Amino acid sequence: MALFANTTVLLGKELRTEFRSRELLTTTVVFILVIVVLFSFTFDPSVGESRRFGPGLLWLSFLFAASLMLQPCFLREQNNDTLSALRLSVVDPFSIFLAKLSANTLFLLLTEVLMLPIFAILYNVHIFAVFPQLVLVLFLGSLGVAIPGTAFSAISAQARMRELMLPLLLLPLLTPVLIASTEATSGLLAENPALRIDWLGFLAGFDIVFLTALWLFGEYLLEE
Amino acid sequence: MTASAFIPTGIRFEKIEKRYGGLYALRRVSLDVAAGECVAFAGRNGSGKTTLLRIAAQLVRPSAGSVSFPATMDGDHQQEDGDIKSPLQRPAGAALGFVAHATMVYDELTAEENLVMFARLQGTAEPGVRAARLLEEVGLSERRHSMVRTFSRGMRQRVAIARALLNDPSVLLLDEPATGLDPEGISWLANALRQMRDAGRTILMSLHGESEISALATRAVRLDAGSVVADTRAGSEMHAILTFAGA
Repeated sequence: MALFANTTVLLGKELRTEFRSRELLTTTVVFILVIVVLFSFTFDPSVGESRRFGPGLLWLSFLFAASLMLQPCFLREQNNDTLSALRLSVVDPFSIFLAKLSANTLFLLLTEVLMLPIFAILYNVHIFAVFPQLVLVLFLGSLGVAIPGTAFSAISAQARMRELMLPLLLLPLLTPVLIASTEATSGLLAENPALRIDWLGFLAGFDIVFLTALWLFGEYLLEE
Repeated sequence: MTASAFIPTGIRFEKIEKRYGGLYALRRVSLDVAAGECVAFAGRNGSGKTTLLRIAAQLVRPSAGSVSFPATMDGDHQQEDGDIKSPLQRPAGAALGFVAHATMVYDELTAEENLVMFARLQGTAEPGVRAARLLEEVGLSERRHSMVRTFSRGMRQRVAIARALLNDPSVLLLDEPATGLDPEGISWLANALRQMRDAGRTILMSLHGESEISALATRAVRLDAGSVVADTRAGSEMHAILTFAGA
């Protein structure tokens, strides 16, 4: 119970500080918008091309935006050594990770849901009929990005060349999430939309495995 | 400071070593600090004071040795009941308060939001009431709704001290607590620490030179290159340790 009580308090802090500064949300929304608009005007894709290449482009932009969002996650805890204050205060250090990855997933999901209608208009794809299924794919994919991303953010915050370290560690590891999310999204944007349970299962499995690993070893990532 | 019930707790450092690669920050430091003692650590920059305090706070894992928190410890008569002895285990029942070089509070939150959040994390009863009381004690009641980023260094330090006292600690660890405080702030801190020391709380603090705060110490320890080179409870020798060149 203490774990969830602490997580709730910390999640409240993450949301409060972000909605005050809007630092992460603004950066990611602008980044995704630039990519989606730029590719749309450069290639002027047909409906068929949009269905083939759109999901990959969408998830690539989500992935790079996420690496921008995840970078300051633990870095800003170092400014005033607030991470030490958190470690002294919480009952279970996993609550620090749980709150941060929940906030990261929420911010990422919010950005993605905001960007979907713009993507649909620019690439002429129909998303409204499959919107709930699409949100499920986005949720599992975002969680798959946020769990290892939060863990690696804790590692890279303590490392030299920290700005380079996070994408170097994260992007190769997230390749399977990128493939699974893209395939699941492609299925939903196809002429005959279908929810690809195999890829959804893969995403859910990836999330469970990495969340368990974080729960088991997360404490060591927070040590000085 | 508000008086309340706490468990008198000492600290025992046993052969503590801390290495960063090939560099020794601490070399086999052994110290017994009795419950209620007020220990001032002196020494040059890099002598190991901060590392020792961070190890005591369980924030840094020692490379060798252990820290334990005997529930009571009275000179030669040591009671081992309730002893917690583990590299990074929080001492059960014995709350720690830690004031570091950095303020350890969030600039983007108000003073009150910071204290209420940390009080909630620590499971403090009535976090709002506790935060309000401490903000009043540190003289920041009128600025409780102001963002910490708008505070001066001295005001931030007061919030940092209030945060360290939220859980009513039986052991208080202070790393150069007078940093940024004006003379009035130093007098306030000295008075607050005197009350806590007199109430039987154990205080470990790192200091540079003599001050109103160092005068509270009942014991002085000088560290040099990670080793304890002097340790005394005698007044004249304490003066010598605290005024040692470079201390």
